[in-house]
Order: sequence, then structure tokens, then C-alpha cells
Amino acid sequence: MKEQAQNKQIGAPMDRVDGRLKVTGGAKYSAEYELPNMAYAVLVGSTITKGRLTGIDTKAAEKAPGVLAVITHFNSPKVPGFDTAGKDPSQPATVGGPLKIFKDDKIRYNDQPIAVVVADSWERARFAARLVKGQYAPEKHKTNLEANASEAFLPTAAKKNPKHPMNDYQRGQVDAYKTGAIKLESEYVIPTEVHHPMELQAITAHWEAPDRLTLYDKTQGTLATRRDFAKEWNLPEENVKVIATFVGGAFGNALHSWPHESAAIIAAKVVNRPVKLMLTREQMFTNVGYRPYTWQKLGMSATADGKITAITHESVGQTSTYEEFTESTLAQTRMMYQSPNVTTRYRLASLDVCSPIWMRGPGEATGAFALESAMDEMAHLLNLDPLEFRLRNYTEQDPEKNKPWSTKFLKECYQLGAERVGWNKRQLKPGSLRDGEWLIGYGMGVGTFGAHRGAATVGAQLRPDGTVLLQCATTDIGPGTGTVMTQIAAETLGLDPKKIRFELGNSSFPKAGTQGGSSTVNSVGPATQEACLALKEKLRTLAGAAFASAKKEDVTLTDGYLALSGSPTTRVAYADLIKQGGDKAVTVEAKPGPEGQKYSMYSFSVHFAEVRVHELTGEVRVSKLVSCADAGTIINEKTAGNQMKGGAVGGIGMALMEAAHIDDRFGRYVTKDFADYHVPVHADSPDVQVAFVNQPDPHVNALGTKGIGEIAIIGVAPAIANAIFNATGKRIRELPITPDKLI
Amino acid sequence: MSIESDKPAGHDEARRTFLKQSSLLTAFTMVPGPVLQAATYELDEKVAAAFEKVPLRLEVNGVKHKLSVEPRTTLLDLLRENLNLTGTKKGCDYGQCGACTVHVDGQRVNSCLSFAVMHEGKKITTIEGLTNGDKLHPMQEAFVKHDGFQCGYCTPGQIMSAVACVREGHAGSEGEIREYMSGNICRCGAYSNIVAAIQEVKNGGQKV
Repeated sequence: MKEQAQNKQIGAPMDRVDGRLKVTGGAKYSAEYELPNMAYAVLVGSTITKGRLTGIDTKAAEKAPGVLAVITHFNSPKVPGFDTAGKDPSQPATVGGPLKIFKDDKIRYNDQPIAVVVADSWERARFAARLVKGQYAPEKHKTNLEANASEAFLPTAAKKNPKHPMNDYQRGQVDAYKTGAIKLESEYVIPTEVHHPMELQAITAHWEAPDRLTLYDKTQGTLATRRDFAKEWNLPEENVKVIATFVGGAFGNALHSWPHESAAIIAAKVVNRPVKLMLTREQMFTNVGYRPYTWQKLGMSATADGKITAITHESVGQTSTYEEFTESTLAQTRMMYQSPNVTTRYRLASLDVCSPIWMRGPGEATGAFALESAMDEMAHLLNLDPLEFRLRNYTEQDPEKNKPWSTKFLKECYQLGAERVGWNKRQLKPGSLRDGEWLIGYGMGVGTFGAHRGAATVGAQLRPDGTVLLQCATTDIGPGTGTVMTQIAAETLGLDPKKIRFELGNSSFPKAGTQGGSSTVNSVGPATQEACLALKEKLRTLAGAAFASAKKEDVTLTDGYLALSGSPTTRVAYADLIKQGGDKAVTVEAKPGPEGQKYSMYSFSVHFAEVRVHELTGEVRVSKLVSCADAGTIINEKTAGNQMKGGAVGGIGMALMEAAHIDDRFGRYVTKDFADYHVPVHADSPDVQVAFVNQPDPHVNALGTKGIGEIAIIGVAPAIANAIFNATGKRIRELPITPDKLI
Repeated sequence: MSIESDKPAGHDEARRTFLKQSSLLTAFTMVPGPVLQAATYELDEKVAAAFEKVPLRLEVNGVKHKLSVEPRTTLLDLLRENLNLTGTKKGCDYGQCGACTVHVDGQRVNSCLSFAVMHEGKKITTIEGLTNGDKLHPMQEAFVKHDGFQCGYCTPGQIMSAVACVREGHAGSEGEIREYMSGNICRCGAYSNIVAAIQEVKNGGQKV
């Protein structure tokens, strides 16, 4: 037992295994691979929002120094898969599909790529790109959601399938809140928000042979990217290799394949050289998705003693004209509180914009702003403490699916967070606390997200030097996947983490899903664990008689030997095992079991904010932010805590500053960079406090994890909005809460 | 400045016309033979290309470089594309995010906002030059220890800025650090941990 405790790696605040590479500049991102004869590509965007491209003047660009090619719809080589993509019956039914670059003359959104200029340097490609002029036949465009909300429709996927989660949901009476004794009805708006990872979207495309493509790409899923581009070029998947060893943040925008990736691949084909393409910050607004502008209406009724009797939650989110993007905006409303009557209606409005894509806490973060604001509004109407109001409507089982929770420790989170933020200082009456000209308020917001788990495969191999190499095609966009997998492997094998190497971000490695939806540790974690167990078992069978009768759990890997705990003299050198084939990799797939049928599996979080609002200028300072999570087992408190802090900072941006604006007259973004689109900087961020309940969930996987990434941000924006109400008495239902809305 | 000279294309054309004309006039003595011949045969783009580069001497991380660069090349692109020092990151190209922060003669500078040719004879230090052999700089150590990053992309810029922040004497308090580090955006939101790392280095009294 003592030895076991010494080998405890799960839960240890281990430094990141790739920390040294990241602090020395040694970590290579997708635009940083040095290939011989590299060419550089720059996109040219449409200057109209809707219509047709009637011509394009590329002469000046073609003549500019260093230019290798100017590729447009008029001269692009045929991309074979553009005619067949989306028809593959093995793929889930989707409505519409990604933009097919240079395939036709249609302009679907402003800054849609109309040309790619390839040159022998960035400077030359950039200069020549400015010489390309499109000629257009413009048509009337629509870019304003509210002006077009009357045309909103039920997503086609829901129309086709009555069981689709985007269908209208009903429990109890329809719109029962309207007849409730104490009721409210409020509208909420969140603007378009852009992921804006610090690394600009970049790809290096290299045709190593006419039918072999290597992509160094910013992607959250090496296999999804491989599948998409293999299909575009009608290639067997094994002929396409996707490398994403390091990804400089993504937050969802690398969950989809985008036109610039296709453009780089086409360009590399045309010039027959490796091509590097990096978007500009402006293009990050227009071509790689965003959190969609969403209008919501929430009606709620309650009894005088604080029991919710009905909720109706409706939302209209924007999508593009060529792809129906949906997200779970209304999911939290159906399961978070014990209300006998719940109605939800989800609609889309198609606009002449680029397709949205899930952004951290997708849908749920949007929906939680409405739900958790409304909870605060109702608590205020009832003259109840908002925490007490939530406790009175706490659900002990999932009221949507009528199943028990796999685990739920949200009450414990409430308690932890309330203590840390000093909730007892909160006054029921808004505007009661002040410090000179600063009004002080406290607010809370709750978040939840499904504890998703998918199949994942990990390969494990004993190396001649006594180290263990693990490989998986999963990616690490920042949470520290390689680090926590190393910890899981170290604990399972009994081996020093320094002797373990976990490689990821390569489509050639054993399969795993995309890094999204807080699912990586839930999925790859158990695969790592099982691969290590299989490796140990394999070595045990090779190790001879002494090991044959030993208990599996007593077998450990040590420095140079397979050993038996409690029997220091029983050991076999790795060299001897390797002679018998002990260095052959074992590959194990781990899949979720039937537990998902029996239980409702969710992570939960609560965020408490203390804000100071300047009464004259309307400036808001988040002075305290406490995030508490019930996310199952925490593999590494240091990296997990960091991820929670990051989500909280993202929530500050959502609440107070982030908004991408289109000038609807032109359909063009007027926010083009970080001067216009504000994200939190050091001075905007308090010292975020994080607490984990750290109770394993025995049903999601053997490790007990539930996922962190999304719940870190879901509920933060309403916590801040509610704190602002508590400080000022002003209820702001349209994000971001900029000073002009408070004075 | 005339109105015409504000148009990049017009300006460029004018320059090439000048090249062609000057090749027939006094520039005979200044222009290398093949270039002159090319100009005579109206290979004006190639001539222009030859003239687009200018000599530059720089010292990067203690290594002296004799280079030939286009005047429009930023220090950032020179480091990343020509010298393969990709530790310095491109996050916006407008001096708004700080990912490209390097030290020029000891001062922190957004390398995307400065042309390489502006640094003739200067000493540049990038993240790769902060390490002493295998030994990490105390700020690098502290970033690892406090997990002052997630994706790692803003990290080199944060570290270069953090070192300068301490050297400048702007790391006196948490509030001061947050103010003087606000030019370096971390979208992953590791700010609390970055501040903790800087405070440890400042309070540890090690030479930075």
C-alpha cells in the first residue's frame, strides 16, 4: 500500500511534459515547419456580401515579383471530391456542407475567398494579393438576425427526424408560465463572438507525391481533417497525413474544415511546392466560424415560496445560407431545475455570413446567459437569495430524461464557492454596497455540460531504453492532454512519468475523436489506462513462472526491470523481455459501455463573481471570480485549475467586452482586430479562484472523469451580469455589458 | 507628398519606370551589368526584384548575421521565415497581442510592428536566446512551475515581456504587473498563473 501511495500520479500537480518546449520556443505550430522550396499563400476576399463573381483581374498580381500563381474560380484545378463530398452514406446526415472554395461564382458572404495568391515570400504574396480585383454582380444581402428573425425555421435535421434534439421540447403544459402566479418574460441577446485563439489559423500543405498529401494543420481533430481532405481529393485516407503536434489554442474554431485549408492544398498542387498559408487577424473574423449572434426569450413562473412552476425558453441563432449550424442553447433549461412544465423551441435564421462553429461552452454558454439571468430575476421578484432559490429547485435526478445522475455534486460546489467569494456579504437589495464611487455586487451563474465519452485507441510500447512510448491521434489545444495521459500511464504502470512519452497530434497514430466537447480525458484517458494494463499483462506473460502466479496489480514497471511489488528480488530485465518480442506495441481501443443508457452524465459548475461598478463612468471591474466544479476525478489539479481559470477569463470577455459587429449596409465586419474586438487582458482579470469537488464518477469511465473545458465558461457571463444587477439595480440583457449600458 | 504617391500600385509603376529610364542615363555606373541588360530587355520585374533587397547587419541571440532583406520585411517575419527562429510568434501583425515580443538592445519591442531594416547593427534577443545552454532562464522555470500557459502560443512573448517588466522595475505589485503585462494577450486565460510566475521571479531576487 505504501508503495502504491508513492506511485500516486493521478491528482498530482505535475508540471506539463511539454512545458520546456513551450517556454523555449521549441514547440512547433502549423506554420513553423521548415520544408524545402516553401511557397507562401495569401487569400483575397470578396468585397461584396452576396451575388456573383463576374470576373477577376489578376494580371497585375501575376506580373508582380515572386508570384508563382494566382488561383481563382476561373482557373482552379478541379477538386474531385467537391462533386461527391457529402454524398457518402457512411457520414451522418447533415444539412448543407462546408464552402467549396473556387468551385463556382457565387458569393455567399463578405470576404469569402475569391483568389489565392502564391509567391516565394510572405511579403510578395501579400503585396500581389492587394492587386487582385474582383468584379461582381451584387445582390441584396441579409446579415441582421433580428431583422430576419421572422423567417427563422426549425432546423431541417429536426424536421426530418422527430427524435432530433433540436426539435421542440415539451414537458407538462405548453407555455404554462403565462398563467403562473408570479412570472417574468425577458429577452436576451448575445452578439457574435469570435474564438480568436492567439495562433492565427495556419496550414502548411505538401503534396509529397501526386497522390500523397501531408498537412501541418491547426486542427482539433487530426482524423476529421484527414477524412475531410481525403474525401475532397478522392484519396484513400492513409494517403493523407495530418500533423498537429502543437495547436495554439482553438476554442472550437478548429473543429471544422475551412476554405483556407482547401485553398492551400489546391495552391500546393498548382505550384508543386509546399505551401504555407496563415490567415490574417481580419480573416479570423470572416472565414473560420464564431459563436453565433443569438436572440432568446425566457418566460418563467414560480410560486411565492420559490418553486419554479414553468419555463419556456426560445432561441433564434444565426447560421449561413449553405450550412445549417446548430448548438445546444436550450439543453441546460430542460434539465437544470425541477420545473413540472418546460417548453423549448430552437430556431435558425439563415444569413449571408460564414458558417458559425461551436465556441467554448457551445450553445450552453449562450443559453445559460438567459436561464441564469432569469433565475436571478425571479429570485429578485421573490425577494429570495439567488442561491437559496436555486437550492429550492435543485434536481436530484434528471427531469428531462427521468434518469438518475451518474453523479452530481453541485450543492457541494455551491457551498465551496459561496464561502470563497464571501456570499454572506451580498445584500438582497441592489445598490446596497459601495466603496466610495464604486458600487459592489455579487452574482452567481451555474453551468453544466454532458460528460461525453467516445471510443479511443492508444498504442503502448516498451522501448529498449526502458521507457514506454504511448501514441494516440488525439490533439492538445492547450489543456495539457499529453501531461495528464502521462500521469495516467505512470500510475497504471507504476513507472516514473519521466520514463513515459505520450505522442499525439498525428493522424497516423491510433484513432481518437476530435478534441472538443470536454471529451478528451473521458475518452483517451481510459484508452491510455487500458493500453498500459495490456502492456503490463503482455510483459507479465513473457516474464516467466514467477510472474505467472502473481497478482496483476502487483506487477509494476521500474527503472530497467519488470518487478513485483512486495517481492524485491523477483524481477526481469527489459532487455530479456524485448528478446522475446516485448517491444512490440500493444494497441487497445476503449469504448463507452452501456452506462449512458442508465444514467444522465453531466459535469457541473458554479461561478461566483464580485464586481465593482463605477457609478459615474459605468466601468466594471471583476474584483473576485470563484469557479467551482464537479468534474469527477481531477487528474492534474494544476492544469485543470488553469483550464478553469481560462474559462472564467473567457467568461469575463463574453460578459463585458466581446462583440463582433457587422455593418449591415455592407454586410462587412467593422470589428477587424484586437483594437475593435476586445478580449480580456492581464488588467481585466482578477486572480481567479478555483475549487474542485474532486469526486470520481464511477459511470463515465474507470478513471471517474467528467470533463472541464466547457463548464469552465458556461455560467460565467450571467454570474457577472447578475453581480452587476446586484451592484447597480440595472438588469442588462444584451451582452457585452459595456459602460454605455450602465450610465 | 503627391496624391499619386499614396497609391501603392502607382508608386510601384513609377519606380520601375524610373529604373528603366535611369538605366539609360546616369545610373549606368551604379547598376550591375546583368541588371542593366535585363532592364534594356524590359525585364523590369526582375530588375525591380534585384533592387528590392537591402543589406542588413544584425546580431540575433549573440550570432552576427549579414543579411539581404526587403525593406518591407518585418523583424518578426525575418526571424520566423528567414532565420527559422519560430519561437517568436505571429498573433495579429498589428502590435495588439504581444505574441511577437522580442528584446532589441534590451528593450521589449513588438517585432511585427518594426521593419527589420530599422535595426541595423542592433542586438536582438528572442525566446531562443533566453536559455543559457540547457539551463532555462528563471522566468522560463517559473512559467513551467506555475503553469503560466496552456496552448503555449503567446508564451514566448509573455516571457520576453515578463523579463523586461521585471528589469524595468514594473513588477512591484500584482496590480503593476497586470498593468505592464497588458500588451500580451493570453486567450487561454492563464493570466493568474503568469502573474504568479513573475512575482516569484521578482521576489526570488535572481538576476534576470
